Amino acid sequence: MDVGKSRLSYGGAACLALDRAMAADARVVALGEDVGRGGIFGQYRGLQQKFGGARVIDTPISESTIMGAAVGMALTGLKPVVEMRVVDFALCAMDEIVNQAAKARYMFGGQGRVPLVARLPIGIWTGSAAQHSQSLEAWFAHVPGLVVVTPGTPQDNHSLLAAAIDSGDPVIYMEHKELWSLEGEVVPGEKISLGKAKILQAGSDVTLVTWSRTVQTALEAVKRAKNISVELIDLRTIWPWDRETVLASAAKTRRLVVAHEAVRVAGFGAEIAATVAEELGIPVKRVGGARIPVGYSLPLEDEARIDVEGILRALTNF
Amino acid sequence: MKSQDRALALYRTMARIRAFENAAEEASRGGVSAFGAALSNDVRVRGPLHLSTGQEAVPAGVCINLANEDLITSTHRGHGHTLAKGASMEKMMCELFGRATGFNGGKGGSMHIADFSVGMLGANGVVAAGIPIAVGAAHALKVQAKKSIVACFFGDGAINRGPFLEGLNWAKVHELPVLFVCEDNRWSATTSTEAMTAGAGPLARAKAIGIAGAEVDGNDVLAVDLAASKLINEIRKGKGPKFLHAITYRFKGHVSVDPATYRDGEEVARALANDPIKVFVRNCGLKKEELEKIQKQTHEEVANALRVAAAAPWPDKGGAYTDIQDAGSGQWT
Repeated sequence: MDVGKSRLSYGGAACLALDRAMAADARVVALGEDVGRGGIFGQYRGLQQKFGGARVIDTPISESTIMGAAVGMALTGLKPVVEMRVVDFALCAMDEIVNQAAKARYMFGGQGRVPLVARLPIGIWTGSAAQHSQSLEAWFAHVPGLVVVTPGTPQDNHSLLAAAIDSGDPVIYMEHKELWSLEGEVVPGEKISLGKAKILQAGSDVTLVTWSRTVQTALEAVKRAKNISVELIDLRTIWPWDRETVLASAAKTRRLVVAHEAVRVAGFGAEIAATVAEELGIPVKRVGGARIPVGYSLPLEDEARIDVEGILRALTNF
Repeated sequence: MKSQDRALALYRTMARIRAFENAAEEASRGGVSAFGAALSNDVRVRGPLHLSTGQEAVPAGVCINLANEDLITSTHRGHGHTLAKGASMEKMMCELFGRATGFNGGKGGSMHIADFSVGMLGANGVVAAGIPIAVGAAHALKVQAKKSIVACFFGDGAINRGPFLEGLNWAKVHELPVLFVCEDNRWSATTSTEAMTAGAGPLARAKAIGIAGAEVDGNDVLAVDLAASKLINEIRKGKGPKFLHAITYRFKGHVSVDPATYRDGEEVARALANDPIKVFVRNCGLKKEELEKIQKQTHEEVANALRVAAAAPWPDKGGAYTDIQDAGSGQWT
């Protein structure tokens, strides 16, 4: 039993969770490009040395087979953690994710299950341009069979990765590339359930729902919001999303803002806003990225980001 | 071209690529002292920078056999291909600096460099993604009854992705005018390709599909030129796709900030001793003054590119909303 806290990075916290899961359960394996070297973000550091190449499996650059093989492993008794480096590269494995991993249990009448965790980091990663910067969580939320998780803090990345490995479902696990070095206190082994949001700040005038890196932007906006009491919720899991917590908060504040870095058009914020509007009949607002590819040059990249001012405008403009 | 002129041209291309890569590498760290430019953080090359230092002989030796109308596709490590195909160094530096005057107006950066005016159809952020695009371009040339060909550059890591097999098969089925160039630098990002690749290698895979080709020392620019020239002549005669496996070495890490400590020191030392530019200088028999003249011109060209890029205007933020699509244009939220 671990006691006490450690100060860990977002990436290090996830690495510790995987380390613990692999130590506790021989069925857990990790596979993907460069994992033996510790992963390009250090999120697998030391694991191959500790658990060997048979359980921390280096792969060729073969995204469709990495994912397809993980489905095969999962159907036959392993619990693979699949490294896709960035969500943009996982697009090379969409058939394996959407048609195979997500559907196998249902299509085969429950004869098999696909307990895998696919790590598909999202988000703008400064200077990385259009093919390394997308936030596609809504795509996966749309697919029945998939769980979608978007941790925003080191503790959440530790506890939610552990929960994802435990879950037994195919989990699309979406870390944010600009959070890898974010540090925070982590209680090793602390349990957080999938599908459970966290109220980061209680408030009475407006409910602000967000996730992933945008939690940091939202915290800044809340700090700067004058004469308005904001209830800030980190959704943490996109599917299943925590309707109970969001609806209870919105029923109290009677106003809802959803903010995410992903493109606003057809983003997951639309689902939350529509649900709240249907259930409670209260005014809702969405803040999201412009529907533009992420440009390389800084002035273009900045246009693709949502900022504190944008969130503040939405909070104060009911 | 007389053989001496050709040798000088090959040297010039390699020297230009090397100088560009060195300058870009320094600029990604915030300064370019070797070229007399002190850059502040806000003008430096940002994001992942994949350098082709040490691999210059491959694009130089292949592209000297191409005309402006011929086409190429490239990879995330594409500066060398771009320069060798005849693109402007100045405009590429502007693109790396994120300036409006770059090839892509600052939208692409290093990983998405493209210059359609010289037939350079784009670098690519996704491994092997250029292969089907090259095949499609070659198919279009066939449909349009054009005489040009396509050279498709990809790395050793790409041969383990599905599009490699699918693209080669397609090209052979339709006997398309494309030269597949596997620029084998031995490393798939930070993992040894050899450890991840079964069988007798890229050329054997091509041959299994019926595509003939050659394996060549990719650090010997004259050998690359000769091999590419033979294969391209065959392609131009309508004999379908060919394959060139050029074995070279990546001097730098996967990206400029990667110290590549996962590599064996002896392996790296051996590779550095086999520097394609040094090998050429040693064996070419050209006059020292001729080579020094090219060095000097290259140095000036890079210094000028840095000056121009650092002074070039930033893109207007309105540019973020252009060239996306026609239908629905202007509806951004």
